[in-house]
Amino acid sequence: MRQLCKGNVAVIKGAMLAGCGAYYGYPITPASEIAEAAALYLPEYGGTFVQAESETASINMVYGASCAGVRVMTASSGPGLSLMQEGISYLAGAELPCVIVDVMRGGPGLGNIAPEQSDYFAMVKGGGHGNYRNLVVAPASVQEMADLTILAFELADKYRNPAIVLTDGFVGQMMEPLDLEFREIVAPEKPWAVKGTGETRKNMVSSIYLESDDLEEHQRRMEAKYIRAQQMETRSEEYCTSDAELVVVGFGIVSRILRSAVDEARKQGIKVGLFRPITLWPFPSQELAETALRAQRVLVVELSNGQMLEDVRLALDGKRPIEFYGRVGGNVPSIEELVAKIEEHVTAAV
Amino acid sequence: MSTHQVMTEKPMVSTDSYQVVHSKSGVFYSEYERKTDLKHQTHYCPGCGHGVIHKLVAEALDDLQVKDHTILVSPVGCSVFAYYYFDVGNVQVAHGRAPAAATGLKRACPDKLVVAYQGDGDLAAIGTAEIVHAANRGEKITVFFVNNAIYGMTGGQMAPTTLVGQRSTTSPWGRRPVNEGFPLHMCEMLASLEAPVYIERVALCDNKNIMRARRAIRKALELQRGGAGFTFVEILSPCPTIWGKDPIEARRWVGEKMVPSFPLNVFRDRKVEIPNNNVPPHKTVAELVEGEGKAGAHVALPHRQHLFHDLGIKIAGFGGQGVLLLGQLLAEMGMREGLEVSWLPSYGPEMRSGSAHCHVCLSKERVGSPLVSRPNVLIAMNEFSLHKFASQVVPGGLIIYSLGHLPEDFSAPQAQVVCIPAAEIADKLGSAKVANVVVMGALLEETECLSPGTAMQVLETKVKNPNLLEMDRKALDAGRVYIDHTVAVGAVTQADGFAQ
Ligand SMILES: Cc1ncc(C[n+]2csc(CCOP(=O)(O)OP(=O)(O)O)c2C)c(N)n1
Ligand code: SF4
Repeated sequence: MRQLCKGNVAVIKGAMLAGCGAYYGYPITPASEIAEAAALYLPEYGGTFVQAESETASINMVYGASCAGVRVMTASSGPGLSLMQEGISYLAGAELPCVIVDVMRGGPGLGNIAPEQSDYFAMVKGGGHGNYRNLVVAPASVQEMADLTILAFELADKYRNPAIVLTDGFVGQMMEPLDLEFREIVAPEKPWAVKGTGETRKNMVSSIYLESDDLEEHQRRMEAKYIRAQQMETRSEEYCTSDAELVVVGFGIVSRILRSAVDEARKQGIKVGLFRPITLWPFPSQELAETALRAQRVLVVELSNGQMLEDVRLALDGKRPIEFYGRVGGNVPSIEELVAKIEEHVTAAV
Repeated sequence: MSTHQVMTEKPMVSTDSYQVVHSKSGVFYSEYERKTDLKHQTHYCPGCGHGVIHKLVAEALDDLQVKDHTILVSPVGCSVFAYYYFDVGNVQVAHGRAPAAATGLKRACPDKLVVAYQGDGDLAAIGTAEIVHAANRGEKITVFFVNNAIYGMTGGQMAPTTLVGQRSTTSPWGRRPVNEGFPLHMCEMLASLEAPVYIERVALCDNKNIMRARRAIRKALELQRGGAGFTFVEILSPCPTIWGKDPIEARRWVGEKMVPSFPLNVFRDRKVEIPNNNVPPHKTVAELVEGEGKAGAHVALPHRQHLFHDLGIKIAGFGGQGVLLLGQLLAEMGMREGLEVSWLPSYGPEMRSGSAHCHVCLSKERVGSPLVSRPNVLIAMNEFSLHKFASQVVPGGLIIYSLGHLPEDFSAPQAQVVCIPAAEIADKLGSAKVANVVVMGALLEETECLSPGTAMQVLETKVKNPNLLEMDRKALDAGRVYIDHTVAVGAVTQADGFAQ
């Protein structure tokens, strides 16, 4: 059933399908509609919605609900995510699944509310203390806001780890057709959960490992699951890359503009293709390398000062020249602007 | 009460007539896993109040027979390892966040007992917000607040409850209110809230008071078991190690120094009837997920032939003119006519300053950029928007200006301009609110991008009030007729963009 839906609302539609039982959050532009949709919909089928006093409280309420085995989520934007970092580290350390949506806006500080992709480091590389990873998916459309939220719930449970839906103000605020049909999505059993029952009485959720050896062993186990995720969970999309001489790389909203720019540039005979990471962690390094090595050069475009750029560099390991074009502050490049950049890099090459 | 033979505490020296029982509650594990050795010992210092409180809590849980129904939330502080001792469901959380985590747990397990155990740094400093708001929401949890006037775990720094003049490693000259403020009185603070049902402060200063503490702890748990609201017991508790006193002196110090500063009292003991006006669950996820889409899907539309491959429309004007809604309607219509569509609004403070705009893409293929930087059509609902965006319109594009005349100083040589006094037309129909629908009529008539039939279908699903719907129908027609008419007489539309 196609319905015209806002990206932020689609997150909750996806979450409901995934069996989300609780939402704890605090309002912030441009993410507030996620909380509003949760407040509207969740109680209608018996789910829990609580507006917390802060993002610090939100993420710890998420922690509590996750301990009890509930599929639970929260959403915010940059400033709120900064406050959640402590909790995210605890969730990762205690191996608790949950879904956290970051509808990115301009930073640092209060910045502004226009779209940026400048939380990449904070979300993809960590941001809280300690050795841990977030599973990160990056939707580029309203449909993906729902689909990747569902995927995030599944990955979170599969790896017992927080999963982040990393998107931006444009994808959150825009409306597009959403195709979502009800289907039964069954969450896995969580025998480790603490539910206040006789069967779960011996269970204990904690991130404390006082003995060095115990903590090392715990971290080795976490590392092992992260390696598994790197082998199994990378996702990406390619467009016109088979004969491309220039590969442009962008995620989220930028990938949309790049796609249009690729169409325009191709009209002028420029052999350019698009590589879009859908999972940012694990980063589809291998897929990118294969594609980029068939081409001559790479152009990375982000709404940041070059954050994903570092992962592209790691993936290509110096084997292809990489250029970067970033806009920040809430400025979003136009198609024409990106076509010009593409032309520039192709001409530079000859 | 089930008892075990193991002794965990040093016998308390009793000066009054209470009999001391050395036993171990069945809610304690028989062996503590914390260290491979020392399986019968807690990690607390001799004479520490935490040990006494643990015992009182365990006995109460045992007597209430809720071992299998209890979740204990351990804090960060000396009691961080509470989970090694209590044979109940255990969760360990970040410093100060126990009330928030307990909220998530209790909401997930409403018929279980959720107990948060916190120190004074945990609860009254770093976690002040969490405790106040959990109490204010009336979370049906029990919080045991151990006030020892110091940070024990980190080695004796000042706590928010440190007494005036009391030395600590971070108040080496004694707490001075001029620099560090006064001790925080949590019971009194929380008692100013509506929701809590039970708030009491007790002290472990002598056996009589320990018995009072025992009763308070029991009562709080019992209330929670009965489904009552937020229950809170503050326990003034000795920390002989940091205070540099022997256990007896420390206990005495609680009575002599702490109690005068933290008066013992029952601050709240009442049934709070909070009416439950939550609407019970009454929808399925399927209904909620598929939503309106389901209703719309019944109307099968023959896919129309569209003369464009893709069309970018920018609509701009004042907030309140229905700029964003007009864009949504167009996107919805496009979707129903089988097109790929997107709608992207301006959002946030910009809207509050009075202006609003949105971008609509209609396409036969997946929409790339939803941001229309070079619109085929600009709908300018005020002069400001006209000036601001006209130059973006592609050569040969269209500008619809919703006023009767173009401003004198305006020219847009590359675009065709249509002026329509939409507000006046709408006013005549009875409501200025439908000006945006008048403009839509003009757009559909001028470009034939989407069908007026689809417009009415969409309006029928969005506008529930029949009078308003009728007004919209008239507005749509009026916009179309106006274009029909003005184009016929060539009065307004001119290639050079100037109106006559
Ligand atoms: C975010 C954070 N800041 C600081 C600490 C260090 N820390 C651990 S316990 C504690 C104070 C505990 O004092 P209190 O709550 O009074 O408990 P007590 O040890 O006295 O029982 C502090 C500051 C921490 N663990 N986390
Ligand atoms: S330091 Fe104080 S609070 Fe901590 S265990 Fe020792 S006596 Fe108890």
